[in-house]
Amino acid sequence: MRNTLSILALAAGVLAAPAARADITIGFVTSLSGNGSSIGIPYGRGINAAYEYKKTINGQTVRLIQLDDGSDPSAATRNARKLVEEEKVDLLIGTATAPSTIAMAAVASELKVPMIAVSPIGKLPESPEQWVVSVPQPASLLVKIVADRMKRDGMKNIGYIGFSDAWGDLVYNGAKAAEPIDDIKIQTNERYARTDTSVTAQILKVMAPRPDAVLIGGSGTQGALPLLTLSERGFKGNTYGTVALVNPDFVNVGGKAADGIQVSAGPVIVAEQLPDEHFAKKIALDFRAVYQKTHNIPTTDGFSAYSFDAWLIFANAAERALKSAKPGTAEFRTALRDAILSTKELPGVHAVYNFKPGAVTGVDERSLVVVRLTGGAWKYAP
Amino acid sequence: MTSDIAAILAIDGIATGAVYALVAIGTVLIFTVTRVIFIPFGDIAAFTALTLAALDAKRFPGTGALVVILACLATLIEIISLLRAGEIRLLPRALLLYLVLPVAVVGAAWLVMRMDPPLAIRLVLALMLITPISPLLDRIVFRPIADGTVLLLLTVSVALHFALVGLGLLFFGPEGVRTEPLTSLSTEFAGVLISGQTMLIVIAALVFSGLLYLFFDFTLVGKSLRATAVNRTGSRLMGIRPARAGTIAYLLGSLMAGVSGILIAPVNTVFYDSGFLIGLKAFVGAIVGGMTSYPGAAIGAVGVGILESFASFESSALKDVIVFSLLIPVLIWRSLASLHSEEEIEE
Repeated sequence: MRNTLSILALAAGVLAAPAARADITIGFVTSLSGNGSSIGIPYGRGINAAYEYKKTINGQTVRLIQLDDGSDPSAATRNARKLVEEEKVDLLIGTATAPSTIAMAAVASELKVPMIAVSPIGKLPESPEQWVVSVPQPASLLVKIVADRMKRDGMKNIGYIGFSDAWGDLVYNGAKAAEPIDDIKIQTNERYARTDTSVTAQILKVMAPRPDAVLIGGSGTQGALPLLTLSERGFKGNTYGTVALVNPDFVNVGGKAADGIQVSAGPVIVAEQLPDEHFAKKIALDFRAVYQKTHNIPTTDGFSAYSFDAWLIFANAAERALKSAKPGTAEFRTALRDAILSTKELPGVHAVYNFKPGAVTGVDERSLVVVRLTGGAWKYAP
Repeated sequence: MTSDIAAILAIDGIATGAVYALVAIGTVLIFTVTRVIFIPFGDIAAFTALTLAALDAKRFPGTGALVVILACLATLIEIISLLRAGEIRLLPRALLLYLVLPVAVVGAAWLVMRMDPPLAIRLVLALMLITPISPLLDRIVFRPIADGTVLLLLTVSVALHFALVGLGLLFFGPEGVRTEPLTSLSTEFAGVLISGQTMLIVIAALVFSGLLYLFFDFTLVGKSLRATAVNRTGSRLMGIRPARAGTIAYLLGSLMAGVSGILIAPVNTVFYDSGFLIGLKAFVGAIVGGMTSYPGAAIGAVGVGILESFASFESSALKDVIVFSLLIPVLIWRSLASLHSEEEIEE
């Protein structure tokens, strides 16, 4: 008897829950532990800053639920399911590593929940409708800007070394795609793992055909390892990379060996050096201020800014979606997705966003500037 | 592949292999005394590197807090077990050993740290801070199950590794570190540049494996330590204390992990979770040496390092696959060639 009662009570609770709650619920996943944590932690800080920046949308409170995926794609999948099935979130945002993000995107498409990816995911998951968009500049664009710069610097033969994972593939494929356009030649495709202790062998291979420049497809601190080995081996050419390298520890570990590397990055990295008329100048400085207020530390990385932009995209879409549906319902999720996919000229700290169905990213070349590491600081190099 | 490149690869492999060798020797040391395959060994080495980096950056490392927490846990466990055994008179000694001593070490390190010490002192501080960790872990985790099977001890050891990685992230943060080289010397050898740091690592590996070999084969203490692994009951009857033997092994092991960590720190970027792969590759080396012989483990580990170096040149994406695939033929050969030990026989 008591059992029946409790089941009834539970059922009543479950049925009553969506009706009683009209908050917009956001499920956020990042990597607070594991090998992606050095970028996952900034992602988390960025979302907290964004939440402080805008807690309500048209008077509706927003509830933010954060989970850690331990840099493990299967944990990211579990987290995404839990958020959708138990927490009934209206939107997923995540996560710090490309493989986990791809795994989450598959869940979002299956369970019909809009998702804003904060890592590059390359292509959309197989599904009849599009539920996922991705904030960061796609690797192809990141590399294209760098390849254009190589051409401007007169570099012809390029050596490549990157991670032996999805990110390494993305950068390599981007560089390959830029070959005919920028008249460069990628001579080598060497890979190393984030936990490797030495890349001497790979660097020997990279240097064997005497490249003019080397492109680094790593990220964070461990992106400095090839640079250290290159300088040990007396490499004198230019080095190039992508925004994935930009964090304070990369600069510390790389030291003199990393000096002079040019990377393509979102304008937020050099916000204070941007010309006043640049779209990102004001909002990036606002972001830095709110980040400082939330965490009492300055922000110097591009990752927290991706979370911030994801929040801006969500806030902008939610304002429009709220006109037609109530949070917590399937209608609202569909409306939110449609609103996200019709985002027009929304300035963020990284880019001006324009999403349309069928395209996973919504950024163009305005979203990238080239910055050069000079004396331990990133300098705007237009 | 030209001969120049082969030489560079060989040197690089020997340098990496020497690091694995240090860890492999420590793994064998702890295994021969306690029958524990101490997977977290690599983590301890990584923590030393992180500790040293924090000291270099004039921050007090998280290791201090870790040691204090472990000391409190160990003391609690020790007190409970003494009370249960009704050994009240041993309480003061337990408090001294498990609480006062480790906390005093941390306190001393903290005080010295305030004086902005030179590099030599910082190295000693890092070793001081790291040394208590293994014996304390032994008291908390392994001593209650010291009579268990090797498989049980291994399973617990793997679990402990994951716990330590989590703690490492908590106390050291997610970023990797590199410290200043201990020496800036370098020499030419057969046309290949060898850094002084590499030489240091190789020399340390040689010295340690030699010393341990002598210690275990030619001294009474060493032999008594080995006896505890072969048969705990038998060695107790002969007047050897297995618990103390374990503590000595863990202290020695901790010290060795510390030295490897200090030697690795300038040549590799060390993360809080770097220890696992170092430990695993060292373990492969130790298995090649049969888990009982120090020179064997050292040679096996250097072999792994050289194989890894050439594998990354041939096919960098498949490097780890190649290294760990080596285990299978070695294990088959070992299990066919060696006589089965007393492990399966119940005492």
